[in-house]
Amino acid sequence: MFSGFMVHAWMVASIVAIVAGLVGFFVVLRGSAFVAHAIPNGSFAGAVAASLIGVNTLIGFGLFALFGALSIGALGHRGRHDVATALTLVLMLGLGALFVSLSVEYAPEVYSLLFGEILGVSTSQLIPTAALAVVCLIAIALLYRPLMLSSLLPDVAESRGIATGRIDLAFLAVVALATTMTVPVVGTLLIFSLMIGAPAAARSFTDKPLQALGLSVAIALAIVWAAIALSYQTNLPVGFFVGTVSAASYTVGRLCAAWRRNANRGRSTIHRLPAASR
Amino acid sequence: MSQQLAAIFAPGFFTSQIVQVAATVSAVAALVCGTVGVFTVIRGQSFAGEALGDISTTGGSGAFLVSAGPLWGFGVAAVAASAVMELIGIQRPRGRDLATGIVLGAGLGLAALFLYLDSVYDNTTGATVSIVFGSMFAITSSSIPAVGAFSALALCLVAALGRPLLLSSVSPELAAARGIPVRFVGAAFLLALAIAVALAAFTIGTILATALLVGPAATALRLTRSPARAIAAAAAIGIASCWLGIVLSYDSYDWYHQSGESWPVSFFVVTLIFFGYLLSGLPQRRRRRRPSVASDPASGPTLS
Repeated sequence: MFSGFMVHAWMVASIVAIVAGLVGFFVVLRGSAFVAHAIPNGSFAGAVAASLIGVNTLIGFGLFALFGALSIGALGHRGRHDVATALTLVLMLGLGALFVSLSVEYAPEVYSLLFGEILGVSTSQLIPTAALAVVCLIAIALLYRPLMLSSLLPDVAESRGIATGRIDLAFLAVVALATTMTVPVVGTLLIFSLMIGAPAAARSFTDKPLQALGLSVAIALAIVWAAIALSYQTNLPVGFFVGTVSAASYTVGRLCAAWRRNANRGRSTIHRLPAASR
Repeated sequence: MSQQLAAIFAPGFFTSQIVQVAATVSAVAALVCGTVGVFTVIRGQSFAGEALGDISTTGGSGAFLVSAGPLWGFGVAAVAASAVMELIGIQRPRGRDLATGIVLGAGLGLAALFLYLDSVYDNTTGATVSIVFGSMFAITSSSIPAVGAFSALALCLVAALGRPLLLSSVSPELAAARGIPVRFVGAAFLLALAIAVALAAFTIGTILATALLVGPAATALRLTRSPARAIAAAAAIGIASCWLGIVLSYDSYDWYHQSGESWPVSFFVVTLIFFGYLLSGLPQRRRRRRPSVASDPASGPTLS
């Protein structure tokens, strides 16, 4: 389980989880789950197109992800991306359908692009993934304060002179970047469950932003590691485990939050009782 | 004249039963999607539509495993997923994105498993492509009764909800103040949405289903602000895109003789819908230059 090619799988998966946990935290904070779903999903067309003309799929992927992010930013206005996102996604997927039908022998790879092939990660993927991850982390670090402020209190951010529109566009570009590095590993459909499941679970455990951020990365790592181990043992697709473990961790988070709220309510009534009897 | 017609409609177009079935099913699906889609756009639930479409991949691949019709798989998966979303809390605007996203993630995980099992069971990967991207020309006439039943159910639901649905979509607070059970209306609408998405997935494929649901409706809401007219326009745009897509795809068989394959219908339908949306923005943009008539169709259609 830890020998030979598996070492690469573990390393790449860990890098992916760290980036997904970090970027996903802001995705959940800003309520832009749809965008995080649409960009990886639509960029799938780029990968197919790249393989059609014989270019590295990562390049096709990156270009389409960036194109998607920019057109979502341009078509939607004032943070309302709902319809723009849906239509951009759908156009890119339509192109994907065309490309898939043009390349006859491509059908088996469609599945691995959509659902990932983490156990087939090669050494050549390690370096670009790590490089893109570093760029992502630097971008998040640079954007951290304005991004946090404009996500939590958009009005305050605007009154402080932060260009929320530009921050929004920059964040979309970061999502595109994170997508590009993670998708060849976990697939277009599953990077999304990692980006949403882990941060959503983290947020139900704590309200403090920095702690939630750390917890989100930790949960993402745990999900990916568990999924790889389970997939290795059972021979079932890794995507299945990423999806279900993410949803399970969110369920646990929600249950914990509900239990804590109940406990708090119990305690606060005890506190209130003497005050009422006075 | 007949020669020009023959250039548009390839020989055998009108007599082909495959084309007739595809045209019938897509027209019915477009009608339902136009009706439900207008409310989806007004309520800002495009993401829920998209998620339900993707999750119906799970149902389609599961149905393939047990050799049931794909439409039943799409329907069951979409309805089940909408019930879970409702339980997690899609009715609160803040948690809505998350509820949708979590259900979508879990559903996709299951889809990955089922599609993998499909490929083991059938030794091909054809199931993935035909479920995900649709194959309108592979629909058989035996599925028409089921399509009719699904459509009738969705249309009856929307008709029964009627004005309370419209009011609670435009202004939930006002609807609640008037004593409309907003949460119940929302849940019932989610059911109609799930059925519409299943029909769209059956027609143009699970991950393209949103196109038929949101595209024509968003275009129609840019053209008119009256909900009734928007529904009619959305249905018309949807049917026109589907039929034009069928014609183009049927013709594309002759476009390159080497491979003897036609371009996918879904591609044409989706592209037509997208360009329709872009075109509908042109008159509006010109209007917006004059400051007094600035209007955002997504945020406030009038109640008339």
